[in-house]
Amino acid sequence: MKAVEVYRSVPRYVATRVLTQRTPLAQGLAPVRYVDRREPSLPGDGWVRVKPLLSGICGSDLATVSGSSSFYFSPLVSMPFTPGHEVLGELEDGTRVVLDPVLGCAARGLDPCASCAAGATSRCDRVTLGHVSPGLQTGFCADTGGGWSGGLVAHTSQLHVVPGDLPDERAVLAEPLACAVHVARRSGIEKDQSVLVVGAGAVGLLTLLTVRALTPAGRITAVAKHPKQTALARELGADEVVGPSAVVRGIRRSTRAVVVSPERGRDYLLGGVDVSIECSGSSTGLDTAVRTTRAGGRVVLAGLPTSGVDLTPVWYRELEVVGAYATHAGDFATALELLSDERLSGLTTSFHPLTRWREAIDEAASAGRLGLAKVGFDLRDGERGAA
Amino acid sequence: MTRPGFVLEVDERTPPLLVHSGESFRLERFPLGTRVIYPAESLPALPDVPAAIADALDNPLGDSKPLRELLFSGMRLTIAFDDISLPLPPMRTPDIRQQVIEQVLELAARAGVDDVQLISANALHRRLTAGELKRIVGERVFRSFYPEALVNFDAEDRDNLTHLGVTPHGEDVEISKRAAESDLLVYVNVNLVAMDGGHKSTSIGLASYNSLRHHHNPHTMTHSRSFMDPRHSEMHKSAWRMGKVLQSNVKVFQIETTLNNAAFPSQYGFLTKREWEWSVKDQAMAVGMSKSIDRLPAQLRRKVFRDIVADYGVTSVQAGEIEPVHERTLQHVHRQQLVEVEGQTDVVVFGLPYIGPYNVNSVMNPILTMCLGLGYFFNMYRNKPLVRKDGAIILFHPTPWEFSQLHHPSYVDFFEEVLTATTDPAVMSERFEKQYAEDEWYRHLYRTSHAYHGVHPFYMWYWGAHALDHVQDVIYVGADRKSVERMGFRTASSLRDALAMASGSVGSDPSITYLHSPPHILADVR
Repeated sequence: MKAVEVYRSVPRYVATRVLTQRTPLAQGLAPVRYVDRREPSLPGDGWVRVKPLLSGICGSDLATVSGSSSFYFSPLVSMPFTPGHEVLGELEDGTRVVLDPVLGCAARGLDPCASCAAGATSRCDRVTLGHVSPGLQTGFCADTGGGWSGGLVAHTSQLHVVPGDLPDERAVLAEPLACAVHVARRSGIEKDQSVLVVGAGAVGLLTLLTVRALTPAGRITAVAKHPKQTALARELGADEVVGPSAVVRGIRRSTRAVVVSPERGRDYLLGGVDVSIECSGSSTGLDTAVRTTRAGGRVVLAGLPTSGVDLTPVWYRELEVVGAYATHAGDFATALELLSDERLSGLTTSFHPLTRWREAIDEAASAGRLGLAKVGFDLRDGERGAA
Repeated sequence: MTRPGFVLEVDERTPPLLVHSGESFRLERFPLGTRVIYPAESLPALPDVPAAIADALDNPLGDSKPLRELLFSGMRLTIAFDDISLPLPPMRTPDIRQQVIEQVLELAARAGVDDVQLISANALHRRLTAGELKRIVGERVFRSFYPEALVNFDAEDRDNLTHLGVTPHGEDVEISKRAAESDLLVYVNVNLVAMDGGHKSTSIGLASYNSLRHHHNPHTMTHSRSFMDPRHSEMHKSAWRMGKVLQSNVKVFQIETTLNNAAFPSQYGFLTKREWEWSVKDQAMAVGMSKSIDRLPAQLRRKVFRDIVADYGVTSVQAGEIEPVHERTLQHVHRQQLVEVEGQTDVVVFGLPYIGPYNVNSVMNPILTMCLGLGYFFNMYRNKPLVRKDGAIILFHPTPWEFSQLHHPSYVDFFEEVLTATTDPAVMSERFEKQYAEDEWYRHLYRTSHAYHGVHPFYMWYWGAHALDHVQDVIYVGADRKSVERMGFRTASSLRDALAMASGSVGSDPSITYLHSPPHILADVR
C-alpha cells in the first residue's frame, strides 16, 4: 500500500523548521516520504478498514510537515505516522463514511473518561493510553494509518455515514465543517453580538457559515487576504470583509471604538467586537483578535497559533480566551446537515493523486493565494489516485 | 484698464487650452463651438491697504459706530477670523487678516482693552497648527496671544458653547461661549467668493454641529441655487435667520475684505493669462510643466504646488453692520468675478485644481474632488446652472485613492462604509450621519489633533447634492477608476471619450461650456 509518511529525523526536522517553514517540501528537507508499506492491522474489536476516497490537507498537517507545530504535541503522536484526518472513505461493503479523527476512550478500548462520557471526546485525557499507540487523532498515530494512503483503520465510534446524495467533493469537508460547528458552539455568541472572524481559508470560511447558521450573531466582519476569499466570505455570511492591514480601522468603524497607537507595535482598539474567532493559525491573526476585541469580550482559537503573541490585551482588557479543538458529540451530525448548503459548492477544491504529494502539499500551503478553499488527495482510482 | 471676463467660442485658430487636473494640468483641444468662459483680469489692488482698513474702521456702514467708539476699558473683546480654508491658494504675507487684526488690536490697546481673545472660526474644520495660525495673524500677534488668547474654535467643547435661542424656523443657534459673552465680537473675513461672509461668518464659523445641522443637510443644499447667490441659497437664508438671533444677543462688528484675481504668483503667469496671449516664456513654462510635472515623484510634485502663494491684491475693505457690509462686499466680488453667459449647455467641463478649501497642506482625497467639482465649481452661477437639467459634468482630476489619516480620518471610513452602501445624500444622512457626528474617536481627533470633524465628509457630499439632483452624468477624465466608481461616477481617458460616454444623456453633438477657472468666475447665466 502506498502512503505518505512523516518519520522521525531530528536533522531534517530542525532544517525544515529553521529553513523552509511554509514551503515545506520545495527543498526536500521535510521528514516526509512516500512509502510502500503494509496496511495497518485492526487494533481490536470495533475497528474496521476504511479505504480513503478523498483526503484533505489541513493547516495542522502543514504545520506538522513544515516543523512549525508546537513541541507540546510531541508526546501525543507516535512515529512514523501517515497524515490525513479529513477523510471521506469507503467501508468494505461500499458504505461511504467520513471520519471523526479523535482517538478517544472508545477507540482505545478504555472506559470513558469524564470528557468522553460527557460527549466531549476532543477533550479526552487518555489519548496516549489503551491498545493503540499515542495519537490525538487518526493521522498522527502510528497504528491507524491516515488519509494520505490507500487504507486506514478506524473505530466504528469514529465513523459517520454520508447521505447518498452528497457529492464526494463536498462530503470530504465534513470534518473541517464539524470543527467549525464546534467553534460556533464554543464561541458563546449572544443575540446581535458583533463578531470578527480572522482568516478566510477553509477554517475561516466554514466558521463564517456555522456562526451565521447556528448563532444569533449580529454584524460579522471577516479578515481576508485574497479576492476569492473576500467574495466567498461575503457569500457565506460576512457583513463586511476587510484586508489584514485594514482590520483595526474596519472594526473601529463598525463598533465605534477608539483607536490608540502604541509607541511600538500595531494600533489597537479601546472597544471592539464582542467575540473574535482566530481562524488563520498565525500569531498575527491572534494578535489582531486580541487587539480588536472589546474589554470583557471573548477570543476563540479555532486556528493553531504557533509562535508568541503579546498577551497584554488579554490581561488588561480581561479577555476570555476559549480554545476550540476538533469536535464534540453532535457536531458531525450538524455538519452533515449543513453540507447540503449549496453555497458550499462555491468552495473551490483541488485534489491530486497521491503520487503528486509534493505538489499537493505545496499547493495547500498557497491555497489562499491560488483561490482554493481545500486541497487534498484523490484516491478513488486506487493509490495512484485519479488523474 | 482691467479687461472683463468673457465667453470665447472655440474655432480653428483656438490654441489648446489650459485645464487644471489636480497636481498637474493639461493643454487640451476642445471641440469646435465649445464656449469657454474666461475670468476677468485682475482688478487693481488698493494702493494703501492699511489706510483703507483704517478708513473702514472709522467710517462703518449701517448704524454701527466707528470701532474706536465701541472699545472701552474693562470690556471683553473677541476677534474671530476666517480659517485656513481662505483664500486659495494662501496669499502672500502679510495676510489681509493680519493687517486688519493688527489695527483692531491697536485701537483696543489705545482704549485700554485687556481682555482680548482671538479665535480661528473653523467650525467643524480641522484645528490649525501653530504655524498656520502664525501665518494668518502674523508674528507679532502670534507671539503676544498664542496659545492662551489665540485659539482654534472647538465646536465639541460643550462647556464653552452657548445656546442663544432658535430661529422662527426652529433652528438652534449655538456658538462659541466666549464670542457669545463678549461685549463686542469683531469678525475679520476674507471674502474670496460670493458664498463667503455676511451672517455666514459668525453663525457658521463659530457654530456647533447642533446649529450647523439645520442647514448643512441634503434638503437645504439641494435648494441652495446657488451657494454663490445668497439671495437664492437656502443655506444662506438659514444662516441669515440664525444671524438675526445671534445679533440680538451679541454685538458684532463685521470687517470684510475682497481680493482680486491674482490667484497665482508672477512666475506662474500663464495660469492666469489667456492662452493666445502667452509670451514665449509662458508657452515654455506651460508646455514644460504640463509634460514634466507628472514625471516628478509625488512628494516633490506636491511640494511644488504647496509652495505656491498667490499674489492676491486687496480690492476693498468694509466694516460695520453685517448686512450693509456684506452687500458692499458682494458688489466688489461681482465686480471681479461676474461674467455674463447666454444660456445653458448640455455639457460643462471643469478642470479641478490641486487645492480646495479642505485640503490646504493636505491631500485632495476623492470626496473632496467631488465637493470641489459638484459643490463649488457647479455652483459658480447666478440665475441658473451653466449646464442644463439632465446634462453632463466632465471633471478633470486624477482622483487617486489617497487620504490624509491626520486630517481626514472620518473620510476614510466614509469612503469605505458609507459610499459602499449609498451615494444618495438623503439616504446617507438618514442612515449614517448621526453616528459619524457623535463618534467619540472622531470627536477626540477633532479636538486634540488636526482632524476634520467626523461629520465633515457628509457635508462635503451634501455640497454636491444640488448637482447630483440636476445632472444625469458625471464623468472624470484621467482619474483612478476605482476611486471614481466608488463614488458612483464614471471615468474616461480623454475628453473625447468622456463626450462619447455622455452621448447617452446629451446626444452625440452636445453644446459644451468650459469654465476656465481658477481664477474664480461667477457665471451670470441668462
